[in-house]
Amino acid sequence: MAVEIRIPTVLRPAVAGQSVVKAEGGTIGELLGSLAREYPAIAGQVIGSDGAMHRFVNIYLNDDDVRYLGKLDTKVAEGDVVSILPAVAGGSD
Amino acid sequence: MGVLKISRELITRMISHALDEYPLEACGLLGGDAELAKEVYPARNDAASARVYTLNPLDHLKADRAAEATGHEIIGVYHSHTHSEAYPSQTDVAQAPDPSWHYVLVSLKRTQPVVRSYRIVAGTIVEEDVVEL
Repeated sequence: MAVEIRIPTVLRPAVAGQSVVKAEGGTIGELLGSLAREYPAIAGQVIGSDGAMHRFVNIYLNDDDVRYLGKLDTKVAEGDVVSILPAVAGGSD
Repeated sequence: MGVLKISRELITRMISHALDEYPLEACGLLGGDAELAKEVYPARNDAASARVYTLNPLDHLKADRAAEATGHEIIGVYHSHTHSEAYPSQTDVAQAPDPSWHYVLVSLKRTQPVVRSYRIVAGTIVEEDVVEL
């Protein structure tokens, strides 16, 4: 099953400049694994060396943050849209 | 040297947002095309702090979709410094997510708000001109 993944500008160089890619999988983790096999440059930027989601990215399944669903085990279905967004933070300190 | 082209109306909206949130830091995103800002998207600061901000990810998602719906994309982020100059802090540099973005600072340190824009690439800060349209 192919699911659409929206890629933020900062990661597009890793996926040949595309803003949207399709990947196969039944869970967020499987999708990202499939994405990383096709585009190895994106691998370490979304999943950390510990196998968990990188803390500098937020991943949405439709309108829901997957951290509050099943994280990488969150199931996806045909027609779902997954969005990868960079975490945006800073401050005056 | 880079440039951010932006209307006075959008600048005013960023300043108004910063003043509304004072004494907490305000944050939001810029939509547009490369160096041209076409829209600002105020966002919630999940840190609810006078010293740091964490842009609400759902607001980011909504801004991203809204920008795309108008044929644009997110080209930068703005936030306020309530008690310091309009210059990126070490925290801003360390957490800058995208080298292609404009990083706009709204300083409320002085009576008159100051708005400046920067590029942050590989830890290096370069100020760019803010050209009012």
